[in-house]
Amino acid sequence: MFRYILRRLLQMVLAFFGTTLIVYALMFAGQGDPIQALAGERPVTAAQRAYLTEKYHLDATGVGGFFYRYFDYVKSLLQGDLGQSLTGRQIGDILQAAWPITVKLALIALAVAIIFGVTAGVIAGIRRASIFDNSTLVLTLLVLGIPTIVLAPLAQYFLGVKWQLFPPTAGSEPTFYALLLPGIVLGSLSLATALRLTRTSVAENLRADYVRTARSKGLVKRRIVTVHVLRNSLIPVVTFLGVELGNLMSGAIITEGVFNIPGVGFNLFRGIRTEDGPLVVGIVSVLVVVYLVSNLVVDVLYAVLDPRIRYE
Amino acid sequence: MTQSAVRPTPASPTPPGGHLLEVRDLHVEFRTHEGVAKVINGVSYHLDAGETLAVLGESGSGKSVTAQAIMGILDTPPAHVRSGQILYQGRDLLTQSEEQRRQVRGKEIAMIFQDALSALNPVFPVGWQIGETLRQREGMSRADARRRAVELMDLVKIPAAAKRLGDYPHQFSGGMRQRVMIAMALALNPKVLIADEPTTALDVTVQAQIMDLLADLRRDLDMAMILITHDLGVVAGVADRIAVMYAGRIVEHADVRSLYRAPAHPYTKGLLESIPRMDVRGQALSTIKGLPPNLMRIPSGCPFHPRCPYAQQVCVDVVPHDLVLGDGRTSACHFAQEVRDDSAR
Repeated sequence: MFRYILRRLLQMVLAFFGTTLIVYALMFAGQGDPIQALAGERPVTAAQRAYLTEKYHLDATGVGGFFYRYFDYVKSLLQGDLGQSLTGRQIGDILQAAWPITVKLALIALAVAIIFGVTAGVIAGIRRASIFDNSTLVLTLLVLGIPTIVLAPLAQYFLGVKWQLFPPTAGSEPTFYALLLPGIVLGSLSLATALRLTRTSVAENLRADYVRTARSKGLVKRRIVTVHVLRNSLIPVVTFLGVELGNLMSGAIITEGVFNIPGVGFNLFRGIRTEDGPLVVGIVSVLVVVYLVSNLVVDVLYAVLDPRIRYE
Repeated sequence: MTQSAVRPTPASPTPPGGHLLEVRDLHVEFRTHEGVAKVINGVSYHLDAGETLAVLGESGSGKSVTAQAIMGILDTPPAHVRSGQILYQGRDLLTQSEEQRRQVRGKEIAMIFQDALSALNPVFPVGWQIGETLRQREGMSRADARRRAVELMDLVKIPAAAKRLGDYPHQFSGGMRQRVMIAMALALNPKVLIADEPTTALDVTVQAQIMDLLADLRRDLDMAMILITHDLGVVAGVADRIAVMYAGRIVEHADVRSLYRAPAHPYTKGLLESIPRMDVRGQALSTIKGLPPNLMRIPSGCPFHPRCPYAQQVCVDVVPHDLVLGDGRTSACHFAQEVRDDSAR
């Protein structure tokens, strides 16, 4: 197990450099004039242009110039310096402000998925083909079928504006209550998938031979379901939720955008729209690490949950 | 070491003249979308204290379903017990509440299954699984249950039992896994052990070890055993009586010795003749032609008639009743006498 983790960590270093390189290349390859992009519609003086060209080594051209800037970037990155965005703010500061909000949002979404998705999935799995099972099937297909870009504004309009049950937008320092509706919207997709997964897994395990054995031992039904069946059924569900948490942590561009939540996804989207190369690359680099680490955690968790899995 | 595992023989509460376990005219069907499959069609057999009954038959003959009906672990639906009685110590289990039946499971009648790998829960250590029965049913403490689990694993001759308590089912070999199953079934000192094809998934050499172990345990612990199998070779050394099943019926019922010497049902005869023999050279192995019947459309009359070399018109028209042949032998064949005389020749 220790050797496996070590090998995975080494692979992560490679994956990290690979992805940052690609993102860096994509971001700056498509850029026309970064200095003009920075200034927006306003004119740029020759002196300003000379200063920025010097500062970002924009005078070096071609592939050589690209790698020059990339290694420049990676060097400061390894020193813990994510650099400055084109707006002059420290990217580290931006992330420091945005991340707690995104994490809060992610945890709300995950809690929604676990509390409603897993519970309903277990019930649907036990009562296969019941009214409950069929109605959850219809509802989950509906949720999975509607894209967030439609679902989020709908929820915002009806629950936030029309019936005023929740604040329609979050603002700069969002409270838990303000994040609740976006969290539910964000979590509804994970909820639907978790529900389907749990239901299938429970239904399958209820038919397993070891359930027959447990019954022939004379155990009560509740124990068979809550100990034997659940312990086995939740292995794929926990794995899914782990991956999902990794995804949610990297911010939700659409949900954060619709509800005006200044989280990671919101900043990333702003960076892309304003062609703020350093900001985009900085955020994505950190996201890559978050994603790789969460995947490793999930793989290790999988081995912990299922004794049949052994990593060499 | 294994002293505590040996149960003091209690005065048998079985009413005088009655059997320890008796199945009477059991009918079970499976209701599916495709139709109704009549899986058990009037099975009757009995088991007395201390004896071993072998239930023999090919796949789908209903031998396992009968056993699961006795245990009360059939999946209902699709299974449905239509009629019949299952008397344990004179009481009909089929009229009892689920809670009463649960009390019987494991404590009075225990069962082991064919494939121990899938029959054991993959995510719990074997010691935990053996101990679970004791903790849940007897209210034993964790420490006591562990101690008793080691005793039971010693009893079924698992080497270094105390060290292997924390191992998971997949870490055991097939034979050792089946021993774990047996240890688990013995936890509550059952009076009846139902072994459902306990050696089918195992190597031939290991099969013999497990059969020997089961025979020894049955004797030492004074249990009665129902041994379900499709392997005639397994039965010979272990069983006292044999019930042969075909299409959800008992077609022949006899003590082992006379059944092997002179089978009185064409199906049994066919089974015995299809065993390769060391002493007969250069003859093609005989087989039973045809396939087992579709249980949704069981043939009229005797269900075996389409495959039977003895079949006459009467076999198509009339369902044969059990013909009593003396010495407790029965055969559900219109020509039972004839078949037996042929076989004896």
